[in-house]
Amino acid sequence: MPSSTIALPERSSQPLAAPEPKITVRNLNFYYGKFHALKNINLDIARHKVTAFIGPSGCGKSTLLRTFNRMFELYPEQRAEGQILLDGENLLTSKQDVALIRAKIGMVFQKPTPFPMSIYDNIAFGVKLFESLSAPEMDERVEWALRKAALWGEVKDKLGQSGASLSGGQQQRLCIARGIAIKPEVLLLDEPCSALDPISTAKIEELIAELKSEYTVVIVTHNMQQAARCSDYTAYMYLGDLIEVGETEQLFVKPRRSETEDYITGRFG
Amino acid sequence: MTEKHLSSQFDAELNTVSARVMELGGLVEAQIGHAIRALSQFSLEAVDTVATLEGRVNALEVDIDRELSTIIARRQPTARDLRLLMAFSKATANLERMGDEASKMARMVRSIIETGAPRNLPTMDLRVAADLASGLLHKALDAFARLDTRTALAILKEDDLIDEEFDGFVRKLITYMMEDPRTISPSLDLLFIAKAIERIGDHSKNMAELIIYLVEGTDVRHTSLKEIESVLR
Repeated sequence: MPSSTIALPERSSQPLAAPEPKITVRNLNFYYGKFHALKNINLDIARHKVTAFIGPSGCGKSTLLRTFNRMFELYPEQRAEGQILLDGENLLTSKQDVALIRAKIGMVFQKPTPFPMSIYDNIAFGVKLFESLSAPEMDERVEWALRKAALWGEVKDKLGQSGASLSGGQQQRLCIARGIAIKPEVLLLDEPCSALDPISTAKIEELIAELKSEYTVVIVTHNMQQAARCSDYTAYMYLGDLIEVGETEQLFVKPRRSETEDYITGRFG
Repeated sequence: MTEKHLSSQFDAELNTVSARVMELGGLVEAQIGHAIRALSQFSLEAVDTVATLEGRVNALEVDIDRELSTIIARRQPTARDLRLLMAFSKATANLERMGDEASKMARMVRSIIETGAPRNLPTMDLRVAADLASGLLHKALDAFARLDTRTALAILKEDDLIDEEFDGFVRKLITYMMEDPRTISPSLDLLFIAKAIERIGDHSKNMAELIIYLVEGTDVRHTSLKEIESVLR
């Protein structure tokens, strides 16, 4: 084959190298009333990979995460402009029921938020909204989700107990189990380990590594070492701008932008 | 880019370990200097000095490695801090091995002196190569301290000169050995010395590659000079 027919992909600094992104963000701007919180963000989120957002407080990383499942729509003064394409469909203008979007794009928050019900019902509650399963099928699904979240062994004998009776780390894994029980395509994790001890943190990071074979995971973290440990791609944000995004290994060894380097080496200030 | 960390303690730790690596470089330079003196003057006193310095070099190597592990454990360095510590760790190993080569040279000189071998062997040729190697180490340390990639590149080119000297010297020794078999034993000692000098040049070259890695973030080991030049462009 003559070599001239092979088109080499151009190296571009912003979009990620993955073949087909799960989420494509184009010219995204976000406003809290008059405050311009996200400034023209362009980014691809790789399918079945873990992408981490890092940056100082107020840089917009959680805001960006919350646009992915239109969580911001709960507040009337907040608005997003631009495109967030999930497999090509713009979520911001989608006519789809927002509940369905959130079923596809699950979210786990900084503080564990178990529902005031039994461990079993915490998982089954969301599933019942979208699927009608028989009792044995539901039992199976609950066990599957708890096993995936590495919690089954610790709770299998007390599924009837309140979710609030669990430890912080267990509650967070319960929330992750609840998130994956409805089989979403994307899992958004907003500082999932900030309230947890190192052992629970390690369990959740282990879980993230396992989940990425089936889900696309996006994690916001203040802990740079956590981003370095568990993500494939890392994006550094500052004051609403996406400064740099790249493979985690490259970003932590040889960042392209000096702003990123200053932040990750602790020279920022 | 900002120079200082938010943590001044981190800066202090990096400065301390940098100073130690430079101190180690100075000791090894001295060791090589004494080894060259031992060779050119057939001085047993210089041989002993090399051996004494070896103990200090070894102790300092262990100290630096301990400090590096401590910094990594405490600070989880990234980007250029990470590259700096990686480069220090490897430079330390290279310097210590250069010290070993100097000790090897000194031991061979002792062997030549003690066996009362003829002094008409071509040791002057070796001095040229030894001075080149020692100069290369000096430049490497200087470039390390200044993060000077231009000098690093010059070192990579200059190391080839030492390799040429080595090859020429080996050919010469073979002629001596063929002409007079009594020179075989001291010639072998000289061959080991020549090899040690050549290795010192190689270790300086490794250090030069580390400087480029540290500054540019690109690993240039096992790549051609041409590729390295394109990295530095």
